[in-house]
Amino acid sequence: MRILLTLLTKEFKQIFRNKVMIPIIFVVPVVQMILLTYAASLEMKGIQMVVVDQDLSQASRLLVSGFSGSPFFDLVHSTTSYPEAESMLTSDRADVILHIQNDFEKRLYVEQQTDLQFIINAINATEAGLINAYSTQIVQEYNSQIRAEWFGLNDSGGMKLEIKPSYWYNPLLDYKIYMFTGILVILVTLIGMILTALNLVREKEMGTTEQINVTPIRKYQFIVAKLLPFWIIALFELAFGLLVGKLLYDLPMVGSLGLLFLFTCVYILVVLGIGLFLSTISNTQQQLMFVVFFFMLTFILMSGVFTPAESMPNWAQKINLVNPAAYFMRVIRMILLKGSEFRDISREFFSLLVYAILILSLAVTNYRKTT
Amino acid sequence: MTGANGHIIEVKDLVKKFGSFVANDRLTFHVEKGEIFGFLGANGAGKTTAMRILCGLSYPSSGDIMVAGHDVYNEREKIKRKIGYMSQKFSLYDDLSVSENIRLYAGIYGLGRKQIASREDQLLERLGLTNIRKRLIREIPLGWKQKLAFSVAIFHKPAIVFLDEPTGGVDPITRRQFWEMIHDATLEGITVFVTTHYMDEAEYCDRVSIMVEGRIEALDTPAGLKQSYESKNMNEVFLKLART
Amino acid sequence: MNRFFGFVKKEFQHIFRDKRTLLILFGLPIVMIVLFGYVVTTEISDVEVGIWDRSMDQTSIQATQKIFSSGYFVPAGYLEREEEIGELFHSGNAKVVVVFEAGFEKNLKRDNRASIRLITDASDANSAQLAQTYLQGVLMSYFQSINQDVRLPWTVNVESRMYYNEELKGVYMFVPGLMALILMLISALMTSVTITREKEFGTMELLLASPLKPREIILGKVTPYVFLSFVNALTIILLGFLVFKVPVVGSIWLLLLVCMLYITLALSLGVLISTSAKTQQVAMFMSLLGLMLPTILLSGFIFPIDNMPRILQWLTHIMPPRWFIVIVKNIMLKGTGLAHIWKESLILLGMTLFFILAAVKRFNIRLK
Repeated sequence: MRILLTLLTKEFKQIFRNKVMIPIIFVVPVVQMILLTYAASLEMKGIQMVVVDQDLSQASRLLVSGFSGSPFFDLVHSTTSYPEAESMLTSDRADVILHIQNDFEKRLYVEQQTDLQFIINAINATEAGLINAYSTQIVQEYNSQIRAEWFGLNDSGGMKLEIKPSYWYNPLLDYKIYMFTGILVILVTLIGMILTALNLVREKEMGTTEQINVTPIRKYQFIVAKLLPFWIIALFELAFGLLVGKLLYDLPMVGSLGLLFLFTCVYILVVLGIGLFLSTISNTQQQLMFVVFFFMLTFILMSGVFTPAESMPNWAQKINLVNPAAYFMRVIRMILLKGSEFRDISREFFSLLVYAILILSLAVTNYRKTT
Repeated sequence: MTGANGHIIEVKDLVKKFGSFVANDRLTFHVEKGEIFGFLGANGAGKTTAMRILCGLSYPSSGDIMVAGHDVYNEREKIKRKIGYMSQKFSLYDDLSVSENIRLYAGIYGLGRKQIASREDQLLERLGLTNIRKRLIREIPLGWKQKLAFSVAIFHKPAIVFLDEPTGGVDPITRRQFWEMIHDATLEGITVFVTTHYMDEAEYCDRVSIMVEGRIEALDTPAGLKQSYESKNMNEVFLKLART
Repeated sequence: MNRFFGFVKKEFQHIFRDKRTLLILFGLPIVMIVLFGYVVTTEISDVEVGIWDRSMDQTSIQATQKIFSSGYFVPAGYLEREEEIGELFHSGNAKVVVVFEAGFEKNLKRDNRASIRLITDASDANSAQLAQTYLQGVLMSYFQSINQDVRLPWTVNVESRMYYNEELKGVYMFVPGLMALILMLISALMTSVTITREKEFGTMELLLASPLKPREIILGKVTPYVFLSFVNALTIILLGFLVFKVPVVGSIWLLLLVCMLYITLALSLGVLISTSAKTQQVAMFMSLLGLMLPTILLSGFIFPIDNMPRILQWLTHIMPPRWFIVIVKNIMLKGTGLAHIWKESLILLGMTLFFILAAVKRFNIRLK
């Protein structure tokens, strides 16, 4: 016991004397939390539309007003030249072209039907889909309007469907909260995996391991002394992050924080185990850095930090069974934003517990073998 | 702690093989309590291998080995508590201070807080390091580091201290001062087991063994060896041995 | 000249002997493309939807069937009470609950109007909105189809054309961004680390004391990574094309030229970082945090710049990846030539020159 305490004192001293450590624990998270949450918005605002109205009739003008009046659209330019509009699309000055040909109104009266075109910059496929949906919706409303007001046709000759949407837990559809929880996961994982592994390899590179082996220090004491500080720091990071979240974004904390921390304790064990294991298969800091970075990036991207894990293809979801970050991402959102309770997350909790035991055993066994 | 005959290390037919390569070929020797035992040999002769086995850092392939009254196969943990070790790289933590290094190893060997405090003050005074006790190891000169490393290795008053080529890279005066420290340690009852390839240092030892290609080719006091090999100094002894 | 080539050869050997790092250097782009192509999509699929049908009549049942045959949604159970909604959301077993009011079909026939509640778990706001939009679309089109006996006149037909990405592939967005990210990673990170490594191990002094001139040392260190990065750029383009059919509509030579420019920029940044970093660890973290993070967040890679607050938008102007991504998107996906991208290219060129000069200057200062 005394040996453990002595070792822990040494570890903490070394960690905090390391000049990169303090900024990483405090500065980087804060910067990330601010930048990410403000930058990371996938919502649609101000779709930039250029109107090519070659008809300039009452019908076409009414249609255009439907768009200029919509909060989703920004009418940036109006022209009668299609090539001009097209070049705006090409140079990214517009997202969509509304093309009304010069017989728009005439055909409406004569043929009782008419056409119009949307040309959408579809490089961002999801955006394009939404642009299409919103535009079509506005046209449909316009269509009903002119049927009723101009031609006296009451649309409710057919049936009318009322759809009432409601958004639970996040009625204002604030993206930031979702992103923020993702960042918390990233931070905790970063500390647990990368810093731990780096610390271990550094000891290897410095050559002091042999000195340690001669002393009465048992291997398990050494490992615990190496891992425990980061376990504590990672938990601290979570607390710190939650505090910043509350202060800056009024982060909701609907569920039990105690439950969250309990879960995080187990999560960090898994991550530490992975870090320890990776350090036993690397010889240099450079190598380790890359391997760990690679795993971390993959785990985090696949965990659903930016996009929902449920929407991923089946094979990806199977891989996620061994991706601890996926579990954490899910649970942290469930607890903070919905107030889920233990029985709701028990499956994830016990899975991670088993995972932690397995990976730590594997890592320690490998560590024993290689030193 | 010692064997039946006052030996603190007893080695019989120690063999260490790496695959088919025999690094230690049936070594047999003993070390008396309180002596300075020099373990000499050229690089690659097998002395570091043998020493690591004595420290409990690796297992022998076969042979009977007793260190500080304990068997090397079954009682390694007990051995580790009774020995000290200092390696070529000095093994002090660069980013910890003088005082912090002392306390670290003292704590590892189970010394109580009061004990540590008093011994630490004494040690720092003796080495003249009291004023820089808070300075980081990477900032102090090599000679001081070396002496400090040795002092730390015997801080817990072990039965035996193992020194692996401790005087590399320092000037002759510092080396001499270092050997004075070693001598002082034996006055306190500590046995010193030291490997080196500086042949002149062999003169400071009570007894010396010389390894050539995995075998002990000579084992005696420096005076005895010089006589047997008709040499003026240990350097000559070694050259004569190496040639055969 | 000979000793320069000897030095470069040594650098190559270093890299190729480190099999693990090599594996990752080449494997990374492949894994990233797969991830971004298949996994990290902002699309939705297999969204779990719970149904609370308080009518259980033919219309509501058919509507339900239509929802689940759309391909976006999967059933997550049938509810019978209001409380079950909360339970379903809490346990994470459903994202949406569709509620058909009691007497649904009857209301439609009698009053010509009926309502459906779409309750979504909006903790993931983005998916919630998408789910709502798509659900509404499915339901609306179902109702239009049963309305279709009455073919309404005076219809405005809408034709939508998707430019540059007809099949609406999500991965188009990501290939340019991935190139920016990976090239930056390999060039800047690796270069800074390898130079710092020599410093840490003391072999840099050895090199400087040798007949090799400082600029030869830098060039020698950097050359292998030029090749590696280039190979990676090609890999990404090729993979994008073969696996995801992302085309290179414009000139491939122009594209490669721009890549080389960007690689040079990243390399200079790497050298610049190595002049400030004392140890490898520091170099790594400076690269990761100073370059990686902004590249991912502020370059328009995943998150559109237009959506960011003003300050951040302004900040993105000094991010080289931002300009690179615009250029690549234009060349690859729109097929434009120099005429459209001369502004961005000039900016990138200017930045590159600036970083080269800064790196050289700092390196020389360090020497003194």
